[in-house]
Amino acid sequence: MISSIPQSRAFRGTYNAYIALFFLFLIAPLLVVAVFSFNDSLFPSLPWMGGTLDWYFSDTPERQGLFHDDAILESMVTSLLVATGVTVLSVLLALSNAFLFERHDFKGKSFLYSLMLVPLVIPGVILGISVLAFGSNIANNVEDNWGIYLDFLRPGLVMVILGQFAFISTICTLVISARLRKFDIQLEEAALNLGASRFDVFRTITLPWLRPAIVGSAIVAFLMSFENFNTTLILVGSDAPLTITMFDRLRQGATPVLNAVSVLLMVVSGLLALISVFVQRKEPGQ
Amino acid sequence: MNAFSSSKASGKKLALFLLLTPFALHLFFLILLPHLEILNISLRERVSYGIYKFSLMNYEAFFTEPLYWRTFLRTAVMSILTTAITLIVAFPVAWYIAKVVRGRTKGLLFLACLIPFWVSELVRTYGWMILLRETGVISNLLQWAGLAVGPVEMLYNDATVMLGLVYTSMLFMVVPLVSTLDGMDDSLVEAAYDLGGNGWNALREVVIPYAMPGIVSGCIVVFMLSLGNYLTPILLGGKDSLWFTDQIFTQFITRFNWEQGAAFGVLLLILSSLIVWLGLKLSRQSFSETMGR
Repeated sequence: MISSIPQSRAFRGTYNAYIALFFLFLIAPLLVVAVFSFNDSLFPSLPWMGGTLDWYFSDTPERQGLFHDDAILESMVTSLLVATGVTVLSVLLALSNAFLFERHDFKGKSFLYSLMLVPLVIPGVILGISVLAFGSNIANNVEDNWGIYLDFLRPGLVMVILGQFAFISTICTLVISARLRKFDIQLEEAALNLGASRFDVFRTITLPWLRPAIVGSAIVAFLMSFENFNTTLILVGSDAPLTITMFDRLRQGATPVLNAVSVLLMVVSGLLALISVFVQRKEPGQ
Repeated sequence: MNAFSSSKASGKKLALFLLLTPFALHLFFLILLPHLEILNISLRERVSYGIYKFSLMNYEAFFTEPLYWRTFLRTAVMSILTTAITLIVAFPVAWYIAKVVRGRTKGLLFLACLIPFWVSELVRTYGWMILLRETGVISNLLQWAGLAVGPVEMLYNDATVMLGLVYTSMLFMVVPLVSTLDGMDDSLVEAAYDLGGNGWNALREVVIPYAMPGIVSGCIVVFMLSLGNYLTPILLGGKDSLWFTDQIFTQFITRFNWEQGAAFGVLLLILSSLIVWLGLKLSRQSFSETMGR
């Protein structure tokens, strides 16, 4: 509790133990996933048969390590593709939205702002089915009336990108708007007074100020897309992103290669997290 | 008005228009129209190939088929329970981070709370499966300690599903709680003690009212995430998990009965909007402020 208020030793002890237990609870599932990727066994479970790197590098019929498992490697590439598309779209829209809501006043602004936030409270499965149904409807109509086949509106990667973009862009908008709100508009005015063009001001003053938020939101968007499951499951076609492939494997019965994939994901997420912390720390003006 | 300022005003208008266009395209084509489409599909009945008529049949089916509405109710109740448990577990942790520790430790503990959520939900759930299954780590630990005779299966029951949901939603409760508690002046609690209150009084009369905005936004987000979750109930609850999103998936994808699936989707959306609205109403907060945090 607050240091100025006396607490009994027993209370403090219990409280500290509770906090320790909580962090054990947080870390335990990740820890076992990581540990069992090194178990020299065909199953990700006890008993411990000794350490091995087979589930990363081995290439035998019964033990296909992560780096020789073509299905997993292919779906990683698919996920990378999707995540890149989602990130680019989301950050661009978020930039535009941030200027729209922070720099302009117009009729119905607060109502539109609420509408912009709506995707945050729509369950992923429902977002998925609605985008799927709408896409199919357009594709069917175009096909019936003009005989043109719009295959990208059928389940597949384009739809996965659109479905994820629908809600990830909102999160990016919140991140970039928050940063833009703290911007001192006088900096832009000063530059304009000194004869800079609008574009120059944006490029040399506003954009550098927004950079940490842009990088941060891009990292968040990338990770959210890479890890998305619900919306993706509904919209996926024949090319499965990584989460879908892993889910199918899990249902068939997991082998430690899934643990190895998970470890790789943890390492990459950890690195991205570090980058984003680093970028935020180097914020100009702080 | 001279020429310069009018060109400036029209420039501003053009900029507004250019910024509104992508926003409107996204809103209409990815949010509004798709959801209207779902509503439309849910209100029709297939007569023959490509021919439909207006019908409430799909909603009738929901209320007359016990499996459907029971699953719906079950999902709602379990999500509410999950939200309550998450709040109770997270509150002391948030207090610890906001008020007990200082400086570097504080930052580190806060970061430690975030780390698991940088990892995919699939990986986290997989971790729980390894821990809890019959041949899993905890079962083995119990046997080793002599607390159980044979292997213990801890997967595929409701308690485990809720454990998974609590785990997966924890971040979304801890973060808003820490940020509201951080803003609270310690002297408020000291004053409560000076006025003769004990710890419980201070918690009930001072801390909880102060933290209410954080509590509400945390609860809303956790509830939404649990209600809309698919992965955790399916993997930890097994085939009989009976989660409503699974019903939607089954109707839409497996049975290709879009009309029924759409009706389920609309019902779930209504339920979640209702609860969000109720939460905001009870705590007198606005949607934009709560979600925009």
